Amino acid sequence: MASDRVAAQTPPATSEEAAYLASQWKLVWWRFRRHKLAMASLAIVLCFYFVAAFPGFLSIHDPLDSSSSRVFMPPQRIHLFDGWLPRPFVYGVSGERNPVTLAMEHVQDRETKHYVQFFVRGHQYKLIGLIRTDIHLIGAATPEGMHALRPLGTDKLGRDVFSRLMYGTRISMSIGLVGVAISLFLGVLMGGLSGYHGGWTDSIIQRLIEFLRAMPTIPVWLALGAAVPQDWSVIRVYFAISVIISLIGWTTLAREVRGRFLAMREEDFVTAAQLYGTSQLRVIFRHMLPSFMSHIIATTTLAIPAIIIAETALSFLGLGLRQPAISWGVLLFEAQNLQAVANAPWLLVPGLSVIFAVLTLNFMGDGLRDAADPYSVQR
Amino acid sequence: MLTFVLRRLITFVPMMFLMSVVAFALIQAPPGDFLSDYVVQLQNQGEYADPGELESLRKQYGLGQPIYVQYAKWVWGILRWDFGRSLEMRVSVNDLINERLTLTIILGLFTVVFTWTLAIPIGIFSAVRQYSWIDYMFTFFSYLGVGTPNFLLALVIMWFVFAYFGLSITGLFSPDYVEAPWSLGKIIDMLKHIWVPMLILGTDGTARLTRIMRANLLDELNKPYVETARAKGLPEWQLIMRYPVRIAINPIVSTIGWTLPQLFSGSLIVATVMSLPTLGPLLLRALYTQDMFLAGSIILILTALTLIGTLVSDIVLALIDPRIRIGA
Repeated sequence: MASDRVAAQTPPATSEEAAYLASQWKLVWWRFRRHKLAMASLAIVLCFYFVAAFPGFLSIHDPLDSSSSRVFMPPQRIHLFDGWLPRPFVYGVSGERNPVTLAMEHVQDRETKHYVQFFVRGHQYKLIGLIRTDIHLIGAATPEGMHALRPLGTDKLGRDVFSRLMYGTRISMSIGLVGVAISLFLGVLMGGLSGYHGGWTDSIIQRLIEFLRAMPTIPVWLALGAAVPQDWSVIRVYFAISVIISLIGWTTLAREVRGRFLAMREEDFVTAAQLYGTSQLRVIFRHMLPSFMSHIIATTTLAIPAIIIAETALSFLGLGLRQPAISWGVLLFEAQNLQAVANAPWLLVPGLSVIFAVLTLNFMGDGLRDAADPYSVQR
Repeated sequence: MLTFVLRRLITFVPMMFLMSVVAFALIQAPPGDFLSDYVVQLQNQGEYADPGELESLRKQYGLGQPIYVQYAKWVWGILRWDFGRSLEMRVSVNDLINERLTLTIILGLFTVVFTWTLAIPIGIFSAVRQYSWIDYMFTFFSYLGVGTPNFLLALVIMWFVFAYFGLSITGLFSPDYVEAPWSLGKIIDMLKHIWVPMLILGTDGTARLTRIMRANLLDELNKPYVETARAKGLPEWQLIMRYPVRIAINPIVSTIGWTLPQLFSGSLIVATVMSLPTLGPLLLRALYTQDMFLAGSIILILTALTLIGTLVSDIVLALIDPRIRIGA
């Protein structure tokens, strides 16, 4: 009976025998693979993390490089074809200050074309934080060309929005991972204690979780964010913010882990291991944890988008990460009011990244959750 | 039923006590004592603090005394609906909070009503017509709604309306009514403005509730009793509304507990973006300027609203579902 079910889920190409021999992870992967939306999301999430890993290589300009003559330059389209030749180029741009409004006005010069080149030398950065280099994916040969190459325009200080978005991806995507790691540690520890021991340990931890969940999250985050001293370094603030966000985030994971422990404590294989005289830690880590690992991974994945949104919201209000750190929230801080947005709508582009990252992570997590129990009958 | 309500009320008190401790800890979190900050601030503005005023403030808050005395004085004040003084704006916190608190609650209630009237019918429809194009469309929108942070939505809508219609949709009142005392005209004016923030705040909740309602109803629709009723010849819509919907709606009621709190804290950021006269922007300003009595009071009020929201949802759930009231 059970074998029929497993066999029914395997792709038609694989034989029934393969399903018998496949490990649990293989079964999870087989089921996940059938979830098309989740697979597409996985690809996009991997792209996001690729950007997060190599922001320097992908960026065009130095993200902190400001210039008063390039303020609020609108996005410059990169034309892919020059006539019939696939040669990407941008038109030249010259900026002039309007004598009446004193605002910068950027005029496109359709006569000059600056061709986009690949693997160009530009500002220095460290690849994966280790190797010092100055090679970038794209760039232009001349300074005028570089100046015109602004796919997402510039902000109020004339900094390149595209390059800042690349660097922002690194912090925003990684803070999700760091935050989730802290939540996971706390959640597994507390949830495990609670579910395995039961009794008064369970009661205390459950009351604590209820208490934390009853707190209005955003006001408490804001207050804690405001308590982070102004003179801390970027790295310290970064970790402080991840800790603040995880303080409430771990409760969801703890509940999940506890539920699994409670359900599994009575299983025959656990009793068997205990009767055999296996130590408590070994029972937990060798016998119980592997059987619900996939569920934990699914819940963890679903927790990442919430952390990304939290960081964005905090930084957006100016109480999370601050300049000179660059995250999606810090970038959106520039677009905080109607006036700024009406002036330079392209400053909202980091918001699109937030939505995309959150959506794809959600879809991926949903797919993982469905695949987490490969032995169940699929509806 | 009475014992159930009483038991819930009894847990309410220690929770509220713990929350007040947390709020007080947050007030104390910034380094230094706020009075000396206040003096520095006044000096920066070229004013001098009146020694008499300082002395009375010191006495009122028990500064220099042990921390639990300070806490007790603060709580004692709040129990008499006296939240202390905003040191930055030099007025009593009560004056600042009262009207904004009302508006926060009104906005929250409007949004909840909006969310429910939209989410439940859509959820029922999606479940009954599962996998139809309308179901797919609603599914798509609800994913989008969950994925988009409210404040981004607010920004985009504000920009869109401004760019294409030249209107600025911030605030809750027209300029004429901002400072005006409450009147029928002002209420009508508010109703004309409140729907935009309501719509924005409601998207997220509507999306979530639709998903829950749809999933719950789908579970119920496959049960034998539905089949039985159908076999007996009950008209389809009457059958669905009378039996499975009534059961599927229960878990939704239990979400009031977190819908309201989420709204109060979620509206904070949207309110800042749209400059609504609610508690949110005030809390932010208090946190920026380290006006800790104001900040602490607002946080305490928001937690109280949260706890009351949970309490109400528990009681409503017990009212409509006898299993809970007897089992608990």
